[in-house]
Amino acid sequence: MWQLFHKLGSPKWFYGIATRLMPWLLVGGALLLLAGIVWGLAFAPKDYLQGNSYRIIFIHVPTAFLAQSVYIMMAVAAVVTLVWRMKLADVFVKAVAPVGLVLTFLALFTGAVWGKPTWGTWWIWDARLTSMLILLFLYGGVIALDRAINDEKSAARAVAVLVLVGVVNIPIIKYSVEWWNTLHQPATFKLTEKPSMPAEMWVPLLLSVLGLYLIFGWLACLRMQTEIIAREQRTRWVKDLVMAGRH
Amino acid sequence: MSNNPVRVHAVAEGVGVAGAMKAVFMRDMKVAFRQRQDLLNPLLFFVMVVTLFPLGVSPEVSFLREAGAGILWVAALLSVLLSLDHLFRHDFDDGTLEQLVLQPQPLFLLVLAKTLAHWMLTGLPLVILTPVLGIMVHLPGNSIGILCLTLLIGTPVLSLIGSIGAALTLGLRSAGVLLSLLIIPLYIPVLIFGTGTVAAVSEGAPVGAYLALMGAFLVLALTLAPFASASALKISMSNS
Repeated sequence: MWQLFHKLGSPKWFYGIATRLMPWLLVGGALLLLAGIVWGLAFAPKDYLQGNSYRIIFIHVPTAFLAQSVYIMMAVAAVVTLVWRMKLADVFVKAVAPVGLVLTFLALFTGAVWGKPTWGTWWIWDARLTSMLILLFLYGGVIALDRAINDEKSAARAVAVLVLVGVVNIPIIKYSVEWWNTLHQPATFKLTEKPSMPAEMWVPLLLSVLGLYLIFGWLACLRMQTEIIAREQRTRWVKDLVMAGRH
Repeated sequence: MSNNPVRVHAVAEGVGVAGAMKAVFMRDMKVAFRQRQDLLNPLLFFVMVVTLFPLGVSPEVSFLREAGAGILWVAALLSVLLSLDHLFRHDFDDGTLEQLVLQPQPLFLLVLAKTLAHWMLTGLPLVILTPVLGIMVHLPGNSIGILCLTLLIGTPVLSLIGSIGAALTLGLRSAGVLLSLLIIPLYIPVLIFGTGTVAAVSEGAPVGAYLALMGAFLVLALTLAPFASASALKISMSNS
């Protein structure tokens, strides 16, 4: 257990693992995502009320799902940064914050596109939409703070504090559809209940959520590797790696 | 300037935690009152921002009555935000903050004392000024009362959350804009419930639940924010 813990702290070890893991993540993620989206967009039955416009759910739900869970992952990594000063945790936060920002933007954008035919408006100041917008701002703040501090170690810890403070927003997003009377529909998936839609709809949705998770994993590994190389550029193993890649 | 680190140190040593907090609080008050213009500026800003809305949007009584509470809340929020930069900056520049970090008393309590002083110097005057501006935007009497109450509960929350941002951005280039970027998202819930309370009053709905939630925000911020700003301060100090 402790050995794994120490290994996890070593950027070099992670770099190796990530290199081996990434093809699997990419191929698996691309297959699942492709299957989910093709099935969802082309073969899943039409919604009796919304017609074909509901199909954007196969993009909207995965991005919204990921946008929140990336923040939760960042918060866990922030705790690790503050308590154990593990280098990799802070590399993770730095690497995935822009990914989270883009995912949140995509969730808001696809939501707006979906809202136009369904609700008749691109945007309303509804609790779920507003709290997602706050999430977008939080990601922006994390990235801005990280860029503003030059010293790597203090940037890592300051960002970790900020990420943890922002965690208050996550339960607000999650429960906004239950606490307030909102236009936004309640959660699509719950662990405790059967989904309220037929299997031909929720199976492709689940596939695309899982696929996007894997793609995120691949993207996180890729960005973390880049960050590790940049940080460890003076070490022996990075020099060897770069020299080996030359020929 | 009475920024005398040595004296703060002497006062805080040997006295208990409460004594140290009182010393920090009194010192901040004293320093502020020796630079009265700094005290006045956020208030003037508050009044001016409120003035912009009737002139810029519409001086109609119906519009102002509808939007008045929101305008006052946003103006108060912005002026607290502007004043936050001062919270640690001077003490950071002249080294007093280093002395505070080195004190035997827990830093988060000293930060709490500083934040309370900040609220007394910015938030509280805003609340006192609110009835006058409330009349100028044609708010009815009971709305003004509730508005003052929500600001009384809400502005300490703004100061407390803001102290985290001020501590995180201490000593950075362009700290002011960055501070706003970090803190405004966290201010939004307070703003929503603050103005929601006043809206409920003007519709004749019960406000107990709103006020209870505002109170919960205050308790939460009071108990958690000082820890976050104290650790952020330590990070910023080790940075320089």
